Order: sequence, then structure tokens, then C-alpha cells
Amino acid sequence: MQTWVDAVLVLVLLLNFMALSAGRLRTLIRAVTVQGVLLGLLLALARGKWELTVLVMAGATVILKGMVIPRMLFHAVREVVIHRETEPVFGLMASMLLGASGTVMALLFSGTLPVVHGNIGSLVAPAALSTVLAGFLILMTRREAIAQVVGYLILENGVFVFGLLLMEAIPFLIELGVLLDLFVAIFVMGIIIHKISREYSSVSTRMLSELKE
Amino acid sequence: MSSALVLTGLLLHAVSGIPGWVFRGYRDGGQRLSVWLAGAGSVLGIIGCLAALWHPPPSGPFLRIDGLAVVFLLPVFLIPALGAIYGTAYWRQNDHPGNGCRLRLFFGLMTAAMGGVTVACHAMVFLVAWEIMALSGFFLITTEDEDRVARAAGLLYLIVTHIGTLCLFAWFALFHLLTGSFALEPIADGIASPAMLTVLFWLAVVAFGCKAGIMPLHIWLPGAHATAPSHVSALMSGVLIKIGVYGLVRALSWLPGVPPLWWAGVLLALGAVSGVVGVVLALGQHDLKRLLAYHSIENIGIIVMGLGIAVAGRTLHQPVLLVLGLAGALLHVWNHALFKALLFLSAGSAIHATHTREIDRLGGLARAMPWTAFSFALGAVAICGLPPLNGFVSEWLVYLGAFHALGIGQAKSWVVAALAAPILALIGGLAVACFVKAFGVVFLGEGRSPEVCGAREAGLLMVGPMLVLVFFCVLIGVAPIVVVPVLDAGIRAWALGEPELVSLSSLARLGWISLGALALLALCGLLGAGLYRRIRCGGVVRSVTWDCGYAAPTSRMQYTASSFAQILGSVFAWVQRSQWRKPGTMPVFPDKTRFRGHILDVVLDTTVKPAFRSAVRFLSSLRFLQAGNIHAYLFYIVAFLIVLLLWKGAA
Repeated sequence: MQTWVDAVLVLVLLLNFMALSAGRLRTLIRAVTVQGVLLGLLLALARGKWELTVLVMAGATVILKGMVIPRMLFHAVREVVIHRETEPVFGLMASMLLGASGTVMALLFSGTLPVVHGNIGSLVAPAALSTVLAGFLILMTRREAIAQVVGYLILENGVFVFGLLLMEAIPFLIELGVLLDLFVAIFVMGIIIHKISREYSSVSTRMLSELKE
Repeated sequence: MSSALVLTGLLLHAVSGIPGWVFRGYRDGGQRLSVWLAGAGSVLGIIGCLAALWHPPPSGPFLRIDGLAVVFLLPVFLIPALGAIYGTAYWRQNDHPGNGCRLRLFFGLMTAAMGGVTVACHAMVFLVAWEIMALSGFFLITTEDEDRVARAAGLLYLIVTHIGTLCLFAWFALFHLLTGSFALEPIADGIASPAMLTVLFWLAVVAFGCKAGIMPLHIWLPGAHATAPSHVSALMSGVLIKIGVYGLVRALSWLPGVPPLWWAGVLLALGAVSGVVGVVLALGQHDLKRLLAYHSIENIGIIVMGLGIAVAGRTLHQPVLLVLGLAGALLHVWNHALFKALLFLSAGSAIHATHTREIDRLGGLARAMPWTAFSFALGAVAICGLPPLNGFVSEWLVYLGAFHALGIGQAKSWVVAALAAPILALIGGLAVACFVKAFGVVFLGEGRSPEVCGAREAGLLMVGPMLVLVFFCVLIGVAPIVVVPVLDAGIRAWALGEPELVSLSSLARLGWISLGALALLALCGLLGAGLYRRIRCGGVVRSVTWDCGYAAPTSRMQYTASSFAQILGSVFAWVQRSQWRKPGTMPVFPDKTRFRGHILDVVLDTTVKPAFRSAVRFLSSLRFLQAGNIHAYLFYIVAFLIVLLLWKGAA
């Protein structure tokens, strides 16, 4: 089972790089869609037993992250966004390199972190950390609002992976609650982006710098 | 009975501003009703105070009227009533429809709150009354809130008063920690550690010093007193800052045990600094009300020195020292309330007639406004501590205390005397110089500007309150024996645990003061009559004074306030920092030119403001962090996370 978990985690890491290097919004959304499906799979694999609750959780994750949210995002791209590119602050190569160095750092340091690895492999903590970092990198370096939403999703995926370590400790209801939170957040963001684009005909966060004193 | 009278009086003051709002449509009706309410409140209150003195009322859970409260309640009732009467002419509703109602509302509210502070014996009541008083003060200072200077003065006042309130909160929290209750009683012996007592002492000094205007904490005082209407200045200078003194006196009586000698040293040093620096800064002022405001700081210095002597008496177990010092301090509280209110009211009368506060634009007002000039002169003599007026009596008691400390024969007590007596003498001398300047330039000589020439004497509503204050100044100066019972009661309330207190009348020969004062008055009368006859008989010729040979002398060539103060100012240049803008070298036929001088406040302008300016300069170099760019904020979060990760990972 552990080898399967590790293999899926490697795929998740690779998808991070795909997201980091995506120049078009559709590619980016596709990357996060696949990542979402993989996470659902990961949940089922890591548990090892096919219990009902685990299956429900995995199914909900796949449906939400792999179908509902991506559909909303694609819809937004089609309806709202005039520029279909991610508008990176600096080059895609640079963000790739930053992501890579983040992953290396995560691999180096996660060994020294006080984390109980249990029986699901030692790759979980570094994969979680580097996914969080990748999410942050996308949030930091992409100006397009939808790219920001995707960055937030990847960040959340990282937290989700980290949650695998604590699967024994976190009750089922809380996991579902987190998922619901995520869904509502994305939903609200979608609505806000729609409104912003209707008002200002642009959803680039470059325009959002008037809030400082 | 007596406490009911006092409370009714305070309540009447509190509501005295409301008729102004209700009867806004009737020209002066609301205003007149306000004055009647305030006057009735004061009469009831004073009767209640005197009754409380003979038959002390039982103390309730929240309110207590003891001797010390009575000492401070009397000016709280007297000055605002006179100020309200004066205000009907000085700040008529018809002339100030925009802010007249608000002014009277907060005037009454502040009076009531000040009374509330003095009678409170529960921390919550004390704090609530204290805050109402402080906030009313803010609204009174910013009466003319369209004026930028008034707003700035109000803001500074608000900041300082809340620093004080913060310390007060800490004080009462520690008090509750020690005693387990909010009832304001002396803390029992042995509960508090010496370190705790030290903290409590300093908190009290800062909290009440902010309000009283003790020297390094006085920064709000000159601006606030200068910009407020004159009867408000009289109320603030005469009574409000005394409530700060009241707090300090009370707090010292709540602290248990024998106070260490250095407390007395701190109080004496603070008093000496306030006194000397206050009067030196007053000497350089060219705004009449600012000048008076700095004299308030000086007089607070004298009061705090008296308090320091009293604390030293407690430490050294010398009841005589205690009684003399505290009696001097408490009597000076009254005297300062009387003569400073008198000075502010008469200065206000001059300002009302001429519409300027600049001393160097006034002059020769004595001829047009004889009653105002008389009141100001009398107040000036009183504030300088000259016999036969009231200022002399209280300063004399403090002197007696200082000299008594010499007689005790302990090395420690000599410090007290060495600090107090010469400093008092120095303050007195400088005050005389300052008021010779103020009175001479404002009321004597020729008018320096066209506004002065049209000045008329103020009406009875303004002169009347001044003459009442004159009466009290002379009364206490000539017959100080009348105030002894009140002072004795106040001293007994302060030094509860002291066994062998003596009455003030047995320590100071107050009868001799009366005799001396009467003789002096008679001498003055004789001299004045003689002078008057000589002037009357030997035909007086009016002409200009020596005019240095100028072809066309003008009244602007008279000796000015700045030139009068310059020599003394140069002696005290180390504290009286000034900015001069002088004309440079001139060509053969000089143009019009200007000369401008400005005295800097030694704390506000040379310490506090530069410190804040450099803090702003340093902090604004960090402004780039607040970029307003969401990506930058995300970067801060990531950077912080990575730092945490490295820190934890490396450990």
C-alpha cells in the first residue's frame, strides 16, 4: 500500500510543477483538477481499509475537487475573463525554479520536523509542505484573479495532504466541514470575481492596491 | 443633611447647562436660568460644606464628606458660580449662538464632576467622575473648535489626561489587589511590600501630576488655558488642576505606614522644578493668558513643595512640620483658586474689550478700565506672595515649615529646608518681576494699538465676580484666622493615624499677620492719599517720556514686555529657550522690517515634539512595507513561514 501512496504523492508533486509552469488558465485549472482527483484516491489508499466513511470522504473529495470546483472555474474563464493567461509577475521558469528549491528544502527539512510518520510513508510531510509552498508561490506571482483562486486551492490541497498524517485524530465530521468550507470559499470567490469583472472590466489584482492608507 | 445639601448643589450644577438647550429660542432666557441654577447650587453646596464641617456626616458606601473633601469642595462651589455669572457677559448667547449652549452644558458638568471626585470614596465613582471631568475639560478647551490652535490644544489635553487616567486605572487595580475592595480607605499596614508602595507612589504622581500640571507633565496646560474662554481658564486653572492636587494628597493619605524620606524629596524636587521653571517660562511669554497659565504651574509647584514638607514631617515624626506643610499647601490651593481666577477674569475682561491677547499690543488700559486694572493689580500682588494679601499667608506657612525643619537638628531635615526656602524666595522674586511686566505693559503707559483706544470698562456682570474674588483675597490676607478651622479639619482627615496633631493656630501667629496686614493697608492708604494730593495740587503736565531724540515718537516705541523680560531671560537662558527672528544688517535707508520672538516650552517644544518627530521619521522609513499590494503581503507570510520552518528544522 505504501508504494502506491508514494507513487500518488510523486504525481501530486509533479502536478505542482505543472501548475507552476502553466501559462494559460485552462492548463492551470486542469492541473488542479487532476490533483483533486488524486487526493481523493490518496485518502482511500492511505487508510488501507475500505470503510464506509473513508469511501464517502474520498468520493466527496473527488466530486468536489475534481468536478464541481473545476466546472465553476472553467465557467468563470469562459464567461468572465478576457485575458486567458495567468499574468505571472516574473517568468514561468523563475517560479518553476523557486518551486523546485522549495520542494528540495521541504525534503531536506521535513526529516527534522517533529512529525509522526506512522505507516503511510515518509513522503507525506515533504509533499504537503512543497504543495503549500507551490500554492503560495502561485498566489504571490500570478496577477489574474482566477489564478489566485487556483493558488488557494493548491494551498488547501497541501493542507489536505498534511491531514493524512492526522487521519486517526481528525473526526469524519471535521473533514467534511473543511471540504464544505473550501467549497463555499471558492463559490464566494467566483461570485466576487464575476461582480468585479462586471464593474471594472478587469480582474487583475494589480488594480487592488488602493486599500493601503 | 449636609451631604444632601452638597449633592443637591452638585446636581444643580450638573443640570445648569440644560435650560440653554431647551430655551434656545428665547434670547437670553436659557442663559439666565443656567446662572440661577448654578448660583443656587453653589449657595446650597457651600452651606452644606460648612454644615459638614461642624457635624461631619456619616460616610456612605460611595460618598464621604470629610475635612479634606470640604477643603477642596469650597473652591469647587465658589469659582464656577462666579465664572457662570461672568460668562453671561463674556460669552453671551447672542454673540456665540453656535457654541454658547455647549459651553454652559460642559461648564456645569465639569463642576459637578469635580465635586464628585472630591466626595467619592469608591474607586468606580471616583473614576467615573474623573472621566466626566476630564472629557468635559476637552469640550471646554475646544469651545471654538473652528480654530485649529484650539483643536490642537484640545487633542494634546486629551492625550495627556488619558495617560493620567491609564495610570489611575493601574493604581486602583493594584489597590484592589492589596485590599480586596474598591472602597477607598487607607491601606492597612503590612499588606504592601516596599516595592509595591514605590510603584503606587509613582503611579499617583504621574496620574495626578498630569492633571495638576506638575512640571514635566504640564505640557497640555499653557495651550489649553490660553485657547479656552477666560472664565473657563479661570475654572480650569483655579479648580480643575487643584483636583489633581486633591488626588495626590488623597493618594498619599491612603498609602500605609511611614513614607520613606525620598518621597518627600521627590515631591520637593518636583515642586521646586515646577515653581522655578514655571515662573521663568512665564516671564518670557507675550500672550497674557499663556503667561497666567505658566504661573499656574509655578503655584502648583509651591503647593507640591508644601505637600513634600508635610510628607517629610510624617517620615520624621514631626507633627509640627506636617501641620505647617500641609496647611501651607491646602491654603495655597484656596489662594491660588481665588487669585488665579481673579487674574484670569480680569485678563479676560481686558481681552474682551480689546480682542487681543498679545501683551505687546495692549497698554494704558488702566485709564479706560479702572476696575479691571484694580482687580488685576490686586491679583498680581496676591500671586507674588506679598503682604497683606492671601498669597502671603500660605507661602509664609510653607516658609515656617521649611525653617522649622532647620530647627529639628537632623541632617535629613536640613535637606528639606535647603530645598524649600531658597527656592520659594527665588520663585517669589521672579513672580514679582513677571507681574510688574504684565501689569506695567498691559495697564500702564499708552495704548499700543488702535484696538486699545476704543476699550471700555466691562459691565457689572463681569466686574462683580472679580470684586467678590478681591474680597476673599483681602479677607484671607487680613484675617487668616477664619480659615483655620477648615484647614485643621483637612489636616486631621489627611493624617488619620497621627496621634499628636496640633492646631494650626497654636503654631503660627496668625493674629500678628492680621495686625501687620492692617498696618500695611493703613500705610498704603496714607501713602496713596499723599500722592493723590500732590498730583492734584502740583499741576501735572502730560507729555511723552524721554523719546531718545526721535523726531516722530509713537506709542509703539514704549518699553515692551519682551524687552523687559530680556535680561532675566538671558540669565535663565538654559531653561528659557527662545527663537528670535531678527532683521539682518540693514542698508543706509532701511526698509520696513519685522522682529519676532517666541519662547519654547522646555518639555513640549524641546523634548516631546522632537522625540515624536524623530520617531515618525524612523517609522516612515518602514512605510514601504505597507505597499498595498496583495502579493507583497503574501510574500511576508511565506517568508515568515520559511523562517519558522528553518528555525524549527535547524533546532
